[in-house]
Amino acid sequence: MGPACSDGNVRGQFAPLSFHSFMTWNLLVIQALNGLQYGVLLFLLAAGLTLVLGVMNFVNLTHGALYMVGAYLAATALTHSNSFLLAAVAAVFGTLVIGVVMEWAALRNFYRRGHLDQVLATFGLILFFNEAVRMIWGPAPVYMRTPEWLSGTVNLFGFDYPSYRFLVIGVGLGTAVGMYLLIHHTRIGMLIRAGATNAQMVSILGVNIRMLNTLLFGLGAAMAGLSGLMAAPLFAVQPGMGDNVLIAVIVVIVIGGIGSVRGAFYGALLVGVVDTVGRVYLPLLLRQVAERTIADAAGPALASMLIYVFMAIVLAVRPQGLFSARR
Amino acid sequence: MSFPEPISPRSPRFLVGVVILLVLALVPQISDAIGESYYVTIVTRILIFGLAASSLNLILGYGGLVSFGHALYLGIGAYAVGLLSFYGVSNGWIHLAATVGLCAIVSLLTGLVCMRTSGMGFIMITLAFAQMFFFLGVSLKQYGGDDGLKISSRSNFEPLFSIEGNTGLYYFSLILTLGVLYLTWRFVNARFGRVLRGSKSNIQRLKVLGFPILRFQVLTYVISGCVCGVAGLLLGNFTKFASPAYMYWTVSGDLIVMVILGGIATVMGPLVGAAVYVVLETILSSYTQHWMVILGPMILVIALTATRGVWGLFPRGEAPNWEKRTP
Repeated sequence: MGPACSDGNVRGQFAPLSFHSFMTWNLLVIQALNGLQYGVLLFLLAAGLTLVLGVMNFVNLTHGALYMVGAYLAATALTHSNSFLLAAVAAVFGTLVIGVVMEWAALRNFYRRGHLDQVLATFGLILFFNEAVRMIWGPAPVYMRTPEWLSGTVNLFGFDYPSYRFLVIGVGLGTAVGMYLLIHHTRIGMLIRAGATNAQMVSILGVNIRMLNTLLFGLGAAMAGLSGLMAAPLFAVQPGMGDNVLIAVIVVIVIGGIGSVRGAFYGALLVGVVDTVGRVYLPLLLRQVAERTIADAAGPALASMLIYVFMAIVLAVRPQGLFSARR
Repeated sequence: MSFPEPISPRSPRFLVGVVILLVLALVPQISDAIGESYYVTIVTRILIFGLAASSLNLILGYGGLVSFGHALYLGIGAYAVGLLSFYGVSNGWIHLAATVGLCAIVSLLTGLVCMRTSGMGFIMITLAFAQMFFFLGVSLKQYGGDDGLKISSRSNFEPLFSIEGNTGLYYFSLILTLGVLYLTWRFVNARFGRVLRGSKSNIQRLKVLGFPILRFQVLTYVISGCVCGVAGLLLGNFTKFASPAYMYWTVSGDLIVMVILGGIATVMGPLVGAAVYVVLETILSSYTQHWMVILGPMILVIALTATRGVWGLFPRGEAPNWEKRTP
C-alpha cells in the first residue's frame, strides 16, 4: 500500500531541490500548478461524495473503492483497445453500473439506519473491493501510460508542463462548471438542492426520492470513476489506492462543509495547493530555522500532517465548514 | 435497549459469562495439556483487541459517538513502548505512564476539536486525525517509517512480575482486560455513566436539565483513548513491534465491527465480538489468502442483521431486586 500516494506526483519529477532553487519563480509556478492539478483531482472525488453525504445523509466510504475500480477499468481498457476515449467510457460507465447495482442490491437498505451501520456496511464493501481487485489484477501495481497525443509538454511562459496534467486541470474545471449548471439550472439540480435542505418534504411533495437517490448515487459513482480515469496515468494503480485518497477527500469535504459542491471546490483547491506546496517548501523553510538534521527529519513529518492541522483550525473556527449547505 | 444493565445471577447470560471467565483463567494450562502453545497467543490477541474494543464501546456504545479513529490510540501505546525501548528505557511502569499520559493529551486535544461537530462530521474527523498520526508514523524514517520499529525486549515490570514469557503476558493482559470490564460495569451504572447514556438517547433534554454534556463526552473520549492506549501497549509487547499499520484506518474499522458483532453497549459484548472476529479471521485466512473477499460481505450482513450482537442473543433474565429498587 502506498500511503504517500498524494505526493507521488510531486516527488521525483522536479527533484532535486536545494536552497538555491528555494525562491525560484519556475519552481513556485510548477508547484502551484501541481497543487491545482491535485486539488482538481480531489474536487472530482469530493463533488460526488459530498452530494451523497449531504443530500442522502449516507456515509458512503466506498467512494474511494469506486475510484480505484475506475482506474483499473481505464488501465485495462487502454491496454486492450489503445484508445483513451474507450478507456474513459469503460471507467465512467463501469463504475456507474457498479455503483447503481451496489446501491440497488445492498446500500438502499441502510438509508434509514444510523450512521454506524452505514459505516460498517461500506467498510465491508471496501474490504471486498480491495481484495477482489487483488484477485483479478494481482497485488503488483499496474501502470497506465499517457496516451500519445497527450504525452508531450506545453510551453507556458517559458517553461514546460506536461500536457496531460493540463488535461486533468481542464477536465476538473469543466466538471465544476457542469456541476454548477446541473445544480443551479436544471430541474434535477433543483430537486437535489431541495433534498439537501429537507429530504422528507421533497418526498411528501410527490418526488420519487428513491429514484433520485439511485440517480445521485450513480452520479457520484460515475464521478469517482472519472477521477480514477484521470488519476490512473499519474499514480500507480494498485489495490487500496482509493483508501488514502478517500481520507484526503474527507478532509476536503469537512473543510468545505458537508453537502456543499461549492465548498468541495474551494476546499479541494485549498487542500491541493496547501499539501503540494507544503511538502516542497516546509522542509526548506525548516532548514532556515533549525539544524539541517532536525529539519530533514521533521520536515516531511510536519508536511504530511499539514492538511489535518489546517482542517483542525478550520473546524475550531467554523465547525460547519467554510461553505455549509445546511443551516 | 434497557437503560441500566441488570443481569440476574441465574440468567443464561450470567452463566455463560462465568464459564467464559473460568476458561480464560485456565487457557495456558489447557493449551499446555494439549501441547498447542499457539492457543495462548490467539487468546492473548483476543484479549488485547477485546480491551481495545471495550474502550471504543465506552464512547461508541454508551456515548453514541461513532469514533472511526480508535486505532490511533493502539498506535500511541505501541509506539510509547517502541520509542522508550529504542532509547533504552525498559521500565514497564514508565511505559505505562507514558502511554496513558500521551493518550490523555492527544485525546483531549483531538476530542475538543472533534466534539465541535457531531454525527457524520465526528466520524470523518476522528478518521482524519487517526490517519494524520498514521502518516506521521510513516514519515518518521529514523524510527523505521513504513516498516515499523522493532521492540527488542518487552516492558520490564520486574521484580513484581514479568511479561517476557507468553504466559506472563497472557495473565497481564487478562488481568487488565477483566479490570477494565469491571470498571466499565461500574462506570455505566454510576451517575456519570447514566448521564452519558442519557445524552445518547436525548442530548437536548439532558442539556435542558443543566448537565454540561460536552464535558461528559470529552472526558469519556479521553478515558476511552487512555484505555485503548493500554491495549496498544499490550499489542506492542505482544508483537514486539510498533508499526504505523496499527493506526491504519482498517484497524479502526475492525474495532467497530468487533463492538457491533459482540453487542453494542454491553459490558461483555466487545470481548465476545473480538473473540468471534479473531477466530473468524484465523479460520477464513487458513482457507484462502483472499479471505477478505468473504469477510467484507459478511460485515455487510452483520451490519444489516446483527443489531444486538452475539452477546445479546443470551437472555439476561429478570433483573435482581436490588436493581429494581434504584430510581
